[in-house]
Amino acid sequence: MPITRDEVAHLARLSRLALSDEELDHLAPQLDQIISAVAQVQEVAADGIPPTTHATGLVNVFRTDEPTPCLAPEQALSGAPAVELQRFKVPRILVEE
Amino acid sequence: MSELTSKTAAELAAAISAGEVSAAEVTQAHLDRITAVDDKVKAFLHVDADDALSQARAVDRRRAAGEPLGALAGVPVAVKDLFTTVGAPATCGSKILEGWYPPYESTVTRRLREAGAVLIGKTNMDEFAMGSSTENSGYGPSHNPWDLTKVPGGSSGGSAAAVASYQAPLGLGTDTGGSIRQPAAVCGIVGTKPTYGGSSRYGVVAFASSLDTPGPFGRTVLDTALLHAAMSGHDPMDSTSINAPVPPVVEAARHGDVSGLRIGIVSEFSGDGYQPGVMTRFTEAVELLESLGAKVTEVSCPHFKYALPAYYLIAPSEVSSNLARFDGMRYGLRAGSGSAEEVMAISREAGFGAEVKRRIMLGTHALSSGYYDAYYGKAQQVRTLIIRDFDAAFGHVDVLISPPTPTTAFDIGERADDPMAMYLADLCTIPSNLAGNAAISVPVGLAPENGLPVGLQVMAPPLADDRLYRVAAAVETAFTERRGHPLLTEAKGLS
Repeated sequence: MPITRDEVAHLARLSRLALSDEELDHLAPQLDQIISAVAQVQEVAADGIPPTTHATGLVNVFRTDEPTPCLAPEQALSGAPAVELQRFKVPRILVEE
Repeated sequence: MSELTSKTAAELAAAISAGEVSAAEVTQAHLDRITAVDDKVKAFLHVDADDALSQARAVDRRRAAGEPLGALAGVPVAVKDLFTTVGAPATCGSKILEGWYPPYESTVTRRLREAGAVLIGKTNMDEFAMGSSTENSGYGPSHNPWDLTKVPGGSSGGSAAAVASYQAPLGLGTDTGGSIRQPAAVCGIVGTKPTYGGSSRYGVVAFASSLDTPGPFGRTVLDTALLHAAMSGHDPMDSTSINAPVPPVVEAARHGDVSGLRIGIVSEFSGDGYQPGVMTRFTEAVELLESLGAKVTEVSCPHFKYALPAYYLIAPSEVSSNLARFDGMRYGLRAGSGSAEEVMAISREAGFGAEVKRRIMLGTHALSSGYYDAYYGKAQQVRTLIIRDFDAAFGHVDVLISPPTPTTAFDIGERADDPMAMYLADLCTIPSNLAGNAAISVPVGLAPENGLPVGLQVMAPPLADDRLYRVAAAVETAFTERRGHPLLTEAKGLS
């Protein structure tokens, strides 16, 4: 089924992408084309076929729980856009009433 | 080009270990080559000559002290810019990570350092490894050393171009849908996607975690095997890493042999969309394999035609989840002002390129309530059917073969804004990613119509990576004998 420009705008909001109108005009028909092409998977008769999430078949992988050195605070914060009191400084999360 | 840069990794490691040449001289020769040609090729995003030379001098000091040297002692390796290495930036070809210096080392590069390799620079790539040409890099495309107006393939196109232009004898890439094999094919070099879980993803910036596989590039089959062996092995830091011995790839590369080997041609990978010259060379390679004693048959893998659509649901779904970490809070670009959510949306808008945005939105759509079963769920079932096709085929043949990609290198710009045309470059490589098995691309000649390189893809069951090298080495030896010189010496882009 085709995907509309409004639906693409909704996907952009869900994806936290502040797309411009021009980008939306450009990307919406491309996404529609891609989605119609990948929809081909629906032709495949796959009733009762189990899904594969990854190829190794490994489940419940454990390693020994040994204390090892971890990053120092300065290392962990080394790429941060803003730092205060040895913490990541971020814009406000809750908007004031 | 100096005498040192034209040598293979195997020759360089032997000469350095024997004291015939110093690691510092070898590194300097490659740095000189980079200075001479990389303004044309644009393979590298970051080269720190002092750091490379200091790694090389450390190898020379170990040799002088009589300490044992690793398998890649003093051999320069070009590293795709999504491996984290301490002391160098890792942009992943994205503006959102411009200037980011990772605080920890990837397992693969740590192993290479332990093997004595010199990490000579970080190479260009399609942004977060999404693409087949390097044109999706936020830093401009790399160029194919055979013809600078053509793409070097992608996403690991920078590493492939660096190796093909003798700026490094070895290169590291990652292969999620063909991102090592396709650039290897169109640059006329060797590239391998190891068995999924055979090489660690720790410190490899995630694209699609169930598919991402680090792997090697080399100019020869043996060099590629040496890098494959040095980078591989179980890693407790990657929960999908396989706890099994590394397949004997180096031994296999030294003893190319296909006599009695059962080889299956994937019948789905030919016909419309395949360039005539690619098929000419493929047919010639099949005849060569038969003349060397292989038993070649056609094998049908009926679900392979659904591999591309299944991949473009599964990989974007994983992308939409993995790339949620780029939120402008802890590292990477922060842009705009307002609430955290507004800053996140503005930062991602400013930092990501068009293909990354397309894939994030496509994955968000495929995982949406109401669409999940029809898209992501169905694609995962198709993935099972593709694995079953492989299992059935490997029940009666030892390896499968096909072209690695339907065409030779295309023009820069030709497919840049046509995502579906770009995706077709990975048509033949994707099934091995979905199934997690091993595959290689090895050069088999030039397309008569344009003189550009053509590869042969060989696919083997999981953990049978050594079979790839046995076949590729036999092909390499026979073709080099027939031509009288290695294929790459015919590359004209830099002459």
